[in-house]
Amino acid sequence: MAKPVAILGQVVLYGAFAGFIGYFSTAPTYQQIPADVSLVKLSMSHLGGRECRKRTAEELAKLPPNMRAPLECPRGRSDIKLRVELDDKPFYETVMHPTGLSKDGISTVYKRFELKAGTYKLAVKMNDSLVNPGWNHVKEEQVTLKPARVLVIDFNPDKGGLFFQQAKD
Amino acid sequence: MLAAARSAFERSENLLDAFFGGTDNPLRHLGALGLYFLWILVASGLYLYIVLDTSIEGVYSSIGWLSREQWYFGGILRSLHRYASDAFVIVMFLHLLREWAYGRYHGFRLYSWVTGVPLIWLVYISGIGGYWIVWDRLAQFSAIATTELFDWLPIFSEPAARNFLAPDSVNDRLFTVLVFIHIGVPLMLILGLWAHVNRISRVDYLPSRRVMLATLGAFLLLAMWKPALSDAPADLALVPTDLRIDWFFLFLHPLTDLTSPAAVWTLIFGATILLFALPFLPHRQAKPIAVVDAPNCNGCSRCHADCPYEAITMAPHPDKRAHKIAIVDADLCAGCGICAGSCPSSTPFRSQQRLVTGIDMPQLPVDLLRRQLEAQLAALQGQTRLVVFGCDQSADVKSLAAADTVAMSLICAGMLPPSFVEYALRSGADGVVIAGCRDGGCEFRLGMEWTRERLARRREPELRALVPLDRVEVVPVASGEAERLVTAVAAFRTRLANEVSAKNKLPAFTRRTQHHG
Repeated sequence: MAKPVAILGQVVLYGAFAGFIGYFSTAPTYQQIPADVSLVKLSMSHLGGRECRKRTAEELAKLPPNMRAPLECPRGRSDIKLRVELDDKPFYETVMHPTGLSKDGISTVYKRFELKAGTYKLAVKMNDSLVNPGWNHVKEEQVTLKPARVLVIDFNPDKGGLFFQQAKD
Repeated sequence: MLAAARSAFERSENLLDAFFGGTDNPLRHLGALGLYFLWILVASGLYLYIVLDTSIEGVYSSIGWLSREQWYFGGILRSLHRYASDAFVIVMFLHLLREWAYGRYHGFRLYSWVTGVPLIWLVYISGIGGYWIVWDRLAQFSAIATTELFDWLPIFSEPAARNFLAPDSVNDRLFTVLVFIHIGVPLMLILGLWAHVNRISRVDYLPSRRVMLATLGAFLLLAMWKPALSDAPADLALVPTDLRIDWFFLFLHPLTDLTSPAAVWTLIFGATILLFALPFLPHRQAKPIAVVDAPNCNGCSRCHADCPYEAITMAPHPDKRAHKIAIVDADLCAGCGICAGSCPSSTPFRSQQRLVTGIDMPQLPVDLLRRQLEAQLAALQGQTRLVVFGCDQSADVKSLAAADTVAMSLICAGMLPPSFVEYALRSGADGVVIAGCRDGGCEFRLGMEWTRERLARRREPELRALVPLDRVEVVPVASGEAERLVTAVAAFRTRLANEVSAKNKLPAFTRRTQHHG
């Protein structure tokens, strides 16, 4: 092939290579959620309660004096039951199991929900000790979900238990 | 499918040869090109590391400062870092596809193939991690998407994605860890690459200077035309929109959104297992390996020097004191015959009735080669008589056989001892053609290179000085280019008839024969 043609060909091919990289390194743009949608992240990491039992007087008597603890607490932790309600309707429900071979670790949940922006009545109910019926942690609030914003549902005993976190304008 | 892929690569390479030539054809030097891009990444990355501040606000502002205030140097280096990494991904996958298409993944190539597979993981770990360090919206998106993907696997007791739940979830320590990973993993990659090429001799560590300059020039122009810039700073309270994704590295995130983490992990693990398993699936039988004949091996080490796969080592000779002997490693031997071509004992001028050389190929020993050549030369007729030595890996030469043409195919062109060229010219041939793979496309890496060097008297065993080079023609042709070979042979024949002086014809030689072997 004649040299000028070969050089021109090389310029075109190197240019195409660079152009291919240049384009696909930033394009096409990606939209993870539609523009009018908000993201709700339900994420918790919490130790379930221990299901302790009171020892009877006979049981205590059988134990050596230095081991006569009134309560017998197994190593394992309770499952945690969780329910999310949206506008008084069940939206999501799960039972979180403790981690670890002896079921003595934390129970976790991480879920993402895409919701149309708007105002909702959001309720989260949790029972972290299933020997007791009902819900021992409840958080209910009117929330306004804004487009492309994240609302986090989390649990932290230091913050009063269940809480919602959303950026303020 | 393999044949179609091979054909597609051959056609593309031949097409690019027209513009670049074999030595500068990027498609023929993908591994070397990848290594070169890695050095660009290392060099540019060193500077980026120097200016990087690993606090939460610092990572974003220090990298942003480069692109804004120091666009002429730091900004360009940042862009080079990005574009070289993207180019690395492209050449890595092309290299993988090409080696697969050419069937270079089993037998003696098993080690190189298997050691190459984990490198893909390392490339993606360091590449994706690199995007996080900037801590812009794209980094935020990738960090959350990656941790969510990992959370599908039962490896963390607490979801890793919780680390990116809210703005106060992230602290400075994260970026120190990320930088550590982003430096540590590429170091592992370099170590892995060393292992990947460890069983190959004379590795192409870098492409030709022209290719290096051209690709660097292309990246520099791209860096100036479209500099790599950060998105808005990360804000975990927001969902990033209109993400300018680097599809070479981050395509897994949209794919996860489109399918599911289970599907993506199935794809990743499935592809990895398939790549590892590929060499162990049924494939064509391996070629017979080279065999050393101790009495004829004088320990000259030429085969050791010429073997493209370091399959030959030298050991003390069992019978000759102070001599060495070649030892062939069966696991590494490609069965190319280049060693037989390099052996000084492979000369057909030897008087032995049965030509036994120091190292030989069982399927085509040099003795058989000499007998076939002698028989066919004896029957050769015509005005301009040619001997064409072909190569099983390039264009088929058998169709060239005619009354005035001897056509013999070798395992590799590099298998031909140069003395056979002289022998043919002194036994009735007017010219000799050696047809082998195109430059940079040799099936056994170095066959054509060694052939050219031996003929040019730059490599032992050399073609003797008395052989007129205008009676020898080397034709690089790919398989399936029989027409091109026919044209080249016809042109050579015409040139021999019209332009080459009859005076430089070598005197005839008749081999004395010994009958005691």
